[in-house]
Amino acid sequence: MAAEAIAASSTARSRVSAALFRRPWLRAVLLLSAPGAWFVLIYLAALVLLFVSALWRVDPLSGNLVHTFTLENFETLVKTPVYRTIALRTLGIAAAVTVTDVVLAVPFAIFAARLASKRLQGFLFVAVLIPLWSSYLVRVFAWRLILAKDGILNWFLVKVGIGAANIGYTNWAMWIVFSYIWLPFMILPVWSAVERVPESVIEASGDLGARSGRTFRSIVLPMILPGIAAGSIFTFSLTLGDFITPTLVGGASSQMIGNVVYQNVGVANNVPFAAAFATVPLVIMGLYLTAARKLGAFEAL
Amino acid sequence: MKLARVDWALGAVLAVMIVGASACGSSSSSKPSSAGLPSKIGAGEGQLYLVAWEGYTQPEWVKPFEKSTGCVVHSKYAGSSDEMVTLMRQNGGGQYDMVSASGDASLRLIDGGDVAPVNVALVPEWKNFIPQLQSPSHNTVNGTHYGISLQWGPNTLLYNTKSVKPAPTSWAEIYSPKYKGEITVPDNPIQIADAALYLSKTQPSLGIEDPYELTERQLDAAVELLKKQHPYIKKYWSLASDEIELFKNGDAVIGAAWPYQYSTLVADHVPVKQIIPEQGATGWADTWMLSAHAKDPNCAYKWVNWVSSPKVQAEQAISYGETPVNTKACPIMEELSKGSCVTYHANAPASYFDSIKFWKTPVAKCDNGRSECEDYSVWQQKWTEVTG
Repeated sequence: MAAEAIAASSTARSRVSAALFRRPWLRAVLLLSAPGAWFVLIYLAALVLLFVSALWRVDPLSGNLVHTFTLENFETLVKTPVYRTIALRTLGIAAAVTVTDVVLAVPFAIFAARLASKRLQGFLFVAVLIPLWSSYLVRVFAWRLILAKDGILNWFLVKVGIGAANIGYTNWAMWIVFSYIWLPFMILPVWSAVERVPESVIEASGDLGARSGRTFRSIVLPMILPGIAAGSIFTFSLTLGDFITPTLVGGASSQMIGNVVYQNVGVANNVPFAAAFATVPLVIMGLYLTAARKLGAFEAL
Repeated sequence: MKLARVDWALGAVLAVMIVGASACGSSSSSKPSSAGLPSKIGAGEGQLYLVAWEGYTQPEWVKPFEKSTGCVVHSKYAGSSDEMVTLMRQNGGGQYDMVSASGDASLRLIDGGDVAPVNVALVPEWKNFIPQLQSPSHNTVNGTHYGISLQWGPNTLLYNTKSVKPAPTSWAEIYSPKYKGEITVPDNPIQIADAALYLSKTQPSLGIEDPYELTERQLDAAVELLKKQHPYIKKYWSLASDEIELFKNGDAVIGAAWPYQYSTLVADHVPVKQIIPEQGATGWADTWMLSAHAKDPNCAYKWVNWVSSPKVQAEQAISYGETPVNTKACPIMEELSKGSCVTYHANAPASYFDSIKFWKTPVAKCDNGRSECEDYSVWQQKWTEVTG
C-alpha cells in the first residue's frame, strides 16, 4: 500500500517533469508568472496611474482631485522658466556625477581586477560594499558635517595653509556627495567588465608593440565600455530621482526634480503636477537607456 | 569564480533596490466619524496622533500627560503650514487626530472640511485665555469653534553676535549683500509676507497695508525683492533643526527665525540674539485643531485640556520662547524662570498683540471687498520661482 503510493507519486512527478521537459514554454510560464504579475501589477500599473494623474488637476480651494482631462500641468511645466532651470540643473548634476564616477571607478577597477593580490582583492571588494551597509541618510549627514563651515574639511584646509573652501550647502557639495554615494554602483559593473577582458588580448597588444596607454585606449576601454554604460545607468538614474541629498547638503539654488516632486506631493498636495514633472526624468531615462543599449550595456548586466 | 562573485554582488544590490522601492507605498483606510459636538469627555483611546511644530511636543509636558491619561502621544513634526494641511488630508485624513495649525493653515483646513468643530465648554481653561484668542477669526467661523488657541509669537531676526556687528536693528540686513552667503530664511511661501512687511515701511508708495493682502503690483514688488535676495542666501531652511545646524556650524550668521531656534541655540552656548526689527514682524497664533476623521477624540480633548492648563502653558512658553494664551500662566512662568513672564510678553498689553502681523491665508478677496488680491496658489507659484 505504502510502496504503491510512493510509486504512484513518483510516476506522477516524473510525468510532470516529462511534460515540462517536452514543453519549454510551460516551464517559462511557470518561472515567470510570479515576477510577471509583480511587474504588471506593481510596476506598470503604477506607471499608468502616474501618467493618468498627470492629466488631472487639483481644486485650489478644497485640495481635492478633479478627474477631468487637462494638459494644464504640462503647460505650466513648459511655460514656467523655473522648471526648465530645475530640469537642466538636475540633468547637469546627474551627468557630472556619472562622469566623476567613471573617472574614479575605471582606474580602481583595473587595479582591483588586474594588479591587486588575491588578499587585497578581497579587502577592496569588501571596502567597496561596506558603505552600502550603513544608512544612506547617515552618510549624507556625515558629509554635511564634513563640509560645514566649521567642519573637518575647512579645518584641514586652513591647517595646511590653503584656506577655507566653504563649499557646504552648495551645488559643489551636492556633486561630491552624490559622486561618493553612488560610486559603488559604478565600480561593481566596471570591475566585472575588466575581469572579462582576457589576459591574452592584453599580452597580444603588448607583443605587437603597443604601450600601456595605447592598450588601454584601443583594447581595454572598448571592451569595458558596456560595463561603464551599465554603471552609468545606476549613477545617472539614481541622481536624477534623488531629493534627500539636495535637501540636506544643497544650498539656495539646489532644487532638483525630486525636490519639486516631493514638495508637490508632501507639502503642496498637488499630486497631478508632481506626476507631470515626474515624467521628465522618465523620458530622459528612456532616451538614456536606448543609447546605453546601443553601446551594449545590457550585455554586461 | 571572481567574476561570479562580482555579478552576484551586483544582483544583490539590485534586489535590495527593488525591495526598497516596492516597500515604499503603503496605504491606510479610514472611516469618517460624525461631527456632532460631544457633551463630555469619555475614556481615552490609549493613543493620540499629532501633527505639530517642532518643539511643541516636548517630553517635559508630554510624559506627564501620557502618565496621567494613558494616551500615548505620537507626534509628527511639520516644517510649514502647507505640509500641515497636506498631512491632515493625506490618505483620507484619518491618520492624525490633531494639528497645531497656525493662522495661515487653519482656514484652509476649515474650508476643506478637514477639521471638526469643538466644544469649548469641555475646556474650562478657555475662559482664562486672552480675549483676542478666545474666538479669533482664524479658528472661529460664524460662532463655531474649530479648535483651541495655544500660543503665539513673532517671527524674529536671529543673528550671531560674534559675526554680525554692529547689532542689526532692521530687516534690511537680510536683503543686503553685507552678509552674502551667510543668510538663511524659511523655505515657505508665507515668507513673501515678510518681504511685503519690509516694503510697506521702506517703500510706502506701494501702498501695502496688510502684508497678506497684496495686489499683483505689490506682490511683484515683494517677489522682486526676494529674487534680489536669492544670491545672498546660504540655504532656505525647511525644518527648524536645519536652521539650528546652520547657525551652530557657522554656515549662517543671520536670518529669519522662530524663538524656538533661539532658545535651542542659547542652550547649546551658541552666541546668538534675536530681535523684532524696527519694521515690525510677522507672527503666528497657533490652534490645536481636531481632525474631522479623528479616531481618538477623547484623548484629543484630554490633550487640549492638558496644554491649556496654566502649568503646561508656562512650560511650553518658556521652552519655545513664545507667549501663552492662558493669562494665568504668568505667575507660574515667574516661578519656573524669573523674569520670563515679561520676556515672553505673557502680561503684555493688547497693543503688543496688535503690533504683530499674524499669519493668515492670502485669499483673492481683499478686506475692501474687491477681488484684486493674489490668492495663496499664486504665492506658492511665485515662491517656487524665487527659490528654484
